[in-house]
Amino acid sequence: MPTPLLTLDGVSKSFGAVAALQDVRLELHAGEAHALVGENGAGKSTLVKILAGVHGPDAGTISLDGRPLQLSGPADARAAGIAVIYQEPTLFPDLSVAENIFMGRQPLRSLRRVDYAAMRTRAAELFARLGVRLDPDRPARGLSIADQQLVEIAKAISLDARVLVMDEPTAALSGIEVERLFAVARSLRDAGTAVLFISHRFDEVFALCQRITIMRDGRWVSTDPAGTLTVDEVVRRMVGREVSAMYPKQDTTPGDPLLQVSGLTRHGSFTDVTFTVHAGEIVALAGLVGAGRSEVSRAIFGVDRHDAGEVLLDGVRLPNGDTAAAIRAGLALVPEDRRQQGLVMELSVERNTNLPRRWSLARAGLLFGGAERSAAATWAQRLQVKAGRLTDPVSTLSGGNQQKVVLAKWLATAPRVLIVDEPTRGIDVGTKAEVHRLLSQLAADGVAVLMVSSELPEVLGMADRVLVMHEGRLTADIPRTRADEQSVMLAATGQAAAA
Amino acid sequence: MTALDTAPAETATTGGARLARRAFAVRELGIALALVLLVVVTTVVNPRFLSAQNLKDLLLGSTILAILAVGQAVVVITRNVDLSVGSVLGLSAFATGAVFVAVPGLPIPLMLVIGAALGAVLGAVNGGLIAAARVPALVVTLGTLYVFRGLDYMWATGRQINAADMPAAFLRMGTATVLGVPVLALFAAAVLVAVGYVLRNHRSGRELYAIGSDPAAARLSGIPSGRRVFYAFVTSGALAGLAGVLHAARFGTLDANAGLGTELNVVAAVVVGGVAIFGGSGSVYGAALGAVLLTTIRAALPVLGINPFWQDAAVGALILAAIGLDRALSARVARSLRERKAHV
Ligand SMILES: Nc1ncnc2c1ncn2[C@@H]1O[C@H](COP(=O)(O)OP(=O)(O)OP(=O)(O)O)[C@@H](O)[C@H]1O
Ligand SMILES: [Mg+2]
Repeated sequence: MPTPLLTLDGVSKSFGAVAALQDVRLELHAGEAHALVGENGAGKSTLVKILAGVHGPDAGTISLDGRPLQLSGPADARAAGIAVIYQEPTLFPDLSVAENIFMGRQPLRSLRRVDYAAMRTRAAELFARLGVRLDPDRPARGLSIADQQLVEIAKAISLDARVLVMDEPTAALSGIEVERLFAVARSLRDAGTAVLFISHRFDEVFALCQRITIMRDGRWVSTDPAGTLTVDEVVRRMVGREVSAMYPKQDTTPGDPLLQVSGLTRHGSFTDVTFTVHAGEIVALAGLVGAGRSEVSRAIFGVDRHDAGEVLLDGVRLPNGDTAAAIRAGLALVPEDRRQQGLVMELSVERNTNLPRRWSLARAGLLFGGAERSAAATWAQRLQVKAGRLTDPVSTLSGGNQQKVVLAKWLATAPRVLIVDEPTRGIDVGTKAEVHRLLSQLAADGVAVLMVSSELPEVLGMADRVLVMHEGRLTADIPRTRADEQSVMLAATGQAAAA
Repeated sequence: MTALDTAPAETATTGGARLARRAFAVRELGIALALVLLVVVTTVVNPRFLSAQNLKDLLLGSTILAILAVGQAVVVITRNVDLSVGSVLGLSAFATGAVFVAVPGLPIPLMLVIGAALGAVLGAVNGGLIAAARVPALVVTLGTLYVFRGLDYMWATGRQINAADMPAAFLRMGTATVLGVPVLALFAAAVLVAVGYVLRNHRSGRELYAIGSDPAAARLSGIPSGRRVFYAFVTSGALAGLAGVLHAARFGTLDANAGLGTELNVVAAVVVGGVAIFGGSGSVYGAALGAVLLTTIRAALPVLGINPFWQDAAVGALILAAIGLDRALSARVARSLRERKAHV
């Protein structure tokens, strides 16, 4: 093999008592897509941040073209030709999408003035290449997670980097956007870029990558050509044990209608959405990014107001745009954007877990440490949250573990209707099965579950019924027995009515 | 339910952008309108309010506050605040007098440079402390507010420098006009245009907005945040130093109390002018307009026969109104963006 483009050797990194990386090695070759897989908290993002110059390694070396590389900041990494898409979008909400892409590298015209027109054109070209139609001039504030992710991708490919690092870029995307991203990634790879790709979705890993490096608990486990591995083998090495029964949906007989949505409309987001979720039923809401699924769930929960239609819970109408009333009525929403909407990043894990039900835990208006800790501990344990201590701030957790805290927080409210938006986004295989088991268990206990998901296997494996949205309208209502990849995708792209 | 329902027609324009731009324009237009309204109402009550002399006084009165507000806006855009500007102004004003006492024949432009340089050094102290100690700017500049003022007291030790101690040409500059416009106001305009130009057209200016918009993301993007914020404080300090020299020229009599308590007025002007206190948005033009509006209000309230005791309350109400307007505007922008959709 030729000399690797980028080599990490014996890299270690600790945060206080947490050893995030221990003696990790990695070799990236030009013209190769390399996958990095591991459980939540395995240290993948920490490795990415070391490559990006955000963290300095405690020990070990990085070399580029066989020469040692000192990175004292993200600017150094960029100058060395390393482009990084971080796991969490890092956009400037007040600035335009185009400026977000070119910040620090804006095209210039005479007198070193920023050339806004050129910047806009080049952003539009990037979006055309990615096959998305985003307005380069709109501010980044208010973009959906998926659109934020697309802006990050545009930013990274605009760098024409030699090494492209992508930390779960597809977590918020659905099939078609993923395909477009892969097309771009493959063309970059074929042009000689080294691609490092992180994902919890194995079909993507095998579709894109030639080699796979597996990590467990901050340590390197193996690096092998993708062709010599199977999904089961990868999972076994990642988890260190056998993981079976990926989608253990129990059969339940749906009870009474619990959540009834009729004629729900929010101008510009969705139109005339009508459906019912029964007690004990899991209904999936599928569709492409931007179809309006998250918007519907937010409107049901009252985060956003709706312009027409109504939401009934157990036959009682919920007031428009009133989340407090929704929570009192027994509704819970696990939001799509965990950083912005789901967590208070500076607060501890246990405090976050208990936020929605702090009043029921409190005695005489005061929260006592003991009650808080045990309630948090129970859920953290069930969801296998990997945190140093429950009193650590949530911002120090790995992405997937943050997602688990959001889930724990809402599951702990014991809701009657649970709306989950991308429940397993960024969550590793083992816990994914656990989350599915939990959802299934909740349904068996009579909870009505509405699940927004972009992951087709999850939709097909978990749902009793699949609702499909296309451009703000419901286009199909498919029962479990007739739901398959084709029927859902056709309805999601607006090509056929399956019902 | 048919899947062949066509999606609502989407306009393939960059509506979002135009909208956002219009919202900003509206924001500054709003202040300008409020200003015009205030002047009209006051003039109706007392026609002399619009006399040439009074207008000139208004402009003169706004000048120093406007220059401070421009500097403050640069800092606030980065999600920081500089509370020491009043003390910097005080030190620089007293220094002006002291220098003229020592070197009576010093050329005026050189004095302006000295004042700005002194302010820049004090600003560098702020910026350096914030970068080195990793302490919030609010705390650091609250500290230097007292430290700088203390130095001023120590230096002045109860002394007062009078107009007689300063060159006549220098004092004339404080009230002179060119085509009816006060020279000091021209200074302010020049500062405003220069800073506004850099913020809009220069990469470093855009990076200030990025830092204020999301400091963590700015670091991840490789923006030299520490250095940029440092220079923002140097700018604010230099402008406060310049303002100190102009203060000396305008008022002639100097003691250690010059500019006492100005910082809150400055922050108020910036907020009224539509610069988001949490950084990332707003413009120096807005901040300068905010300074003019605040000064005009203070001048207009007595004319309108409003009890001076209510003046502060009126300023407070204005700040609250400005914040309310911001909220309403951003809600409207968000709504329109949604209706046009992200995907054009
Ligand atoms: N800034 C920090 N301070 C303290 N601990 C940290 C910090 N960043 C990461 N960690 C810890 O390091 C470990 C590895 O985290 P990392 O984010 O690299 O995991 P990951 O493999 O990316 O997981 P995921 O799949 O969930 O994204 C975790 O235990 C995490 O809590
Ligand atoms: Mg991660």
